Amino acid sequence: MDILAFGNTGWGDELFFATLMTIAVSITAMIIGFCFALIFTPLKLSKNKFLNFIGNSYTTIIRGVPELLVIYLLFFGGSGAVMYVASIFGYNKYIEINAFLTGSFAIGIISGAYSTEVFRGAIQSIDKGQFEASKVLGLKKPVHFFKVIMPQMLRLAVPNLSNVWQITLKDTSLISVTGLVEIMRQSYIAAGSTRDPLFFYSFAAVLYLLLTFLSMKLINKLEIKYRRGY
Amino acid sequence: MDLDLMVSSFPKLLNATLVTLKLLSLSLIFGLILGLFFAILRLNKNIFVNRFSYVYSYIFRGTPLLVQIFIIYFGLGQIEFLRSSFLWIILKEPYWCAIIAFSLNTGAYTSEILRSAFETINKGFIEAGDSLGISKKIIFYKIQIPIAIRQSLPAYGNEIILMLKGTSLASTVTLMDLTGVAKYIISTTFKPIEVFIVAGGIYLFMTFIIHNFIRYLEKKYSY
Repeated sequence: MDILAFGNTGWGDELFFATLMTIAVSITAMIIGFCFALIFTPLKLSKNKFLNFIGNSYTTIIRGVPELLVIYLLFFGGSGAVMYVASIFGYNKYIEINAFLTGSFAIGIISGAYSTEVFRGAIQSIDKGQFEASKVLGLKKPVHFFKVIMPQMLRLAVPNLSNVWQITLKDTSLISVTGLVEIMRQSYIAAGSTRDPLFFYSFAAVLYLLLTFLSMKLINKLEIKYRRGY
Repeated sequence: MDLDLMVSSFPKLLNATLVTLKLLSLSLIFGLILGLFFAILRLNKNIFVNRFSYVYSYIFRGTPLLVQIFIIYFGLGQIEFLRSSFLWIILKEPYWCAIIAFSLNTGAYTSEILRSAFETINKGFIEAGDSLGISKKIIFYKIQIPIAIRQSLPAYGNEIILMLKGTSLASTVTLMDLTGVAKYIISTTFKPIEVFIVAGGIYLFMTFIIHNFIRYLEKKYSY
C-alpha cells in the first residue's frame, strides 16, 4: 500500500486529485452538452427544412465520427481558431487555450449530441394532447414550456440521460491524450515512473468503476423523484 | 481550405481504413462468440455462473475502453509468467492486444443485448416446441437463438457502430488505423480541419453502410 500513500512517497494524493479532475471535466462537459442540446433540440424538431438539416447534421456527424478524432480536431485546431478570431479584433499574439477548457468543450460537443437525441425523443413521446391543451388554455410560450413540457420531458429523459452521463464519464479518459491530468493521464505518469503499469491501470479501472457505480446510485434516487405521481 | 492536402491524404487514409476494418471485423466475430457464451451463462440458474457473467459485463461496461487496452497492452507484459509462456507471441503485438481488448469490450455489451433478447422471447414459442416433442437442445438452437438474434438486431447495429468508433483507440497503442494516420497527418501539417473532413467523411460513410445494412437485415428477417 506504500505506493498509494499520500504525500511525497506515494501516488495517493495525485490520484485523488486526478479523480476530482475527472469528475470536474465530466460535469463541465455534461453542462456544455446541455447547452448544445438546448440549441440543437429545437432545430431538430423544427419544421423548417434548413434548420432541421443543421440539427440533424450535428447529431449524425458527432455520433458517427470517433471521439478521438473530434478531440484531435479541437486540440490541434482550437487555438488556431481562437487566434483567427482574435486577429480579426487586432490581437496577433499566440494564445494558448487551457487544456481543461479544450477537453471539456470536446467532450461537451460529443455529450451534447447524445443529449439532443434524448431530449428530442422525450419531447416527441409527450402526448399531443398536452400541447393542444396548453394552446387552448392560452398559456404563454414560457409557461407552456417550463410548466407543461419541461416536467414531463425530464421524467422521460432522466433514465436515458443517465446513459449519456456514463458515456461522458468514460469519454473523459480520452482527453488524457491532450495532457490534461485526469485519472488516465495520472496513471500513465505513475506507471511510467514506477514501471508498474499493471497496478496503476488496474487501479484506474477500479476508480472508474467506483465513479460509475456511485453515480448510478445517485441517478436512481433522481429517477424515483421524477417518477413520482405516475 | 487546402484542397491539395485533402486529395493527397485521401489514399493514405483509405489505406489505413483497411486496418480499421480488419480490427472491427475480427473483434466483432470474437465479441459475438464471447457475447453469446456469456449471455447463455447469464441465463443459467446456478448463482455462481450467473454472477460470474454479470461481473464480467459490469466491469467491461463500467470502465473506459482506453483503460482496458492499456491494461492488456502495457500491464500484462509485466507478468513474468505470461512473458515466458507461448501467449507472449500474441501479447507482444499491439495488433492482437487491441483485438483482445475490443473483443472483450464488445463481448460484454453483446452479452447484455442477447440476454435481454432471450428474456423477451415469447414463452409460447418454447411451449409450442415442447408440446411438439422437440428436444430442449433443438428448441434452443432452432427456435430461441434465431429469434433472439432477430430481436437484438437494432441494438446490435448500434453496438457495431460504437465498436467502429472504438477501434480508433488502437491508435493509442501505436497502431496506424484511420485515426492514427489522421493524427499523424494533422501533427505534421497542422491542418486539422482538412484532415478531419476527409477522415470523418470515411467514418461517416462506413457508419452509413452499416446502418443501412442492419436496416436491410431487419426488414428481411421481420415477422
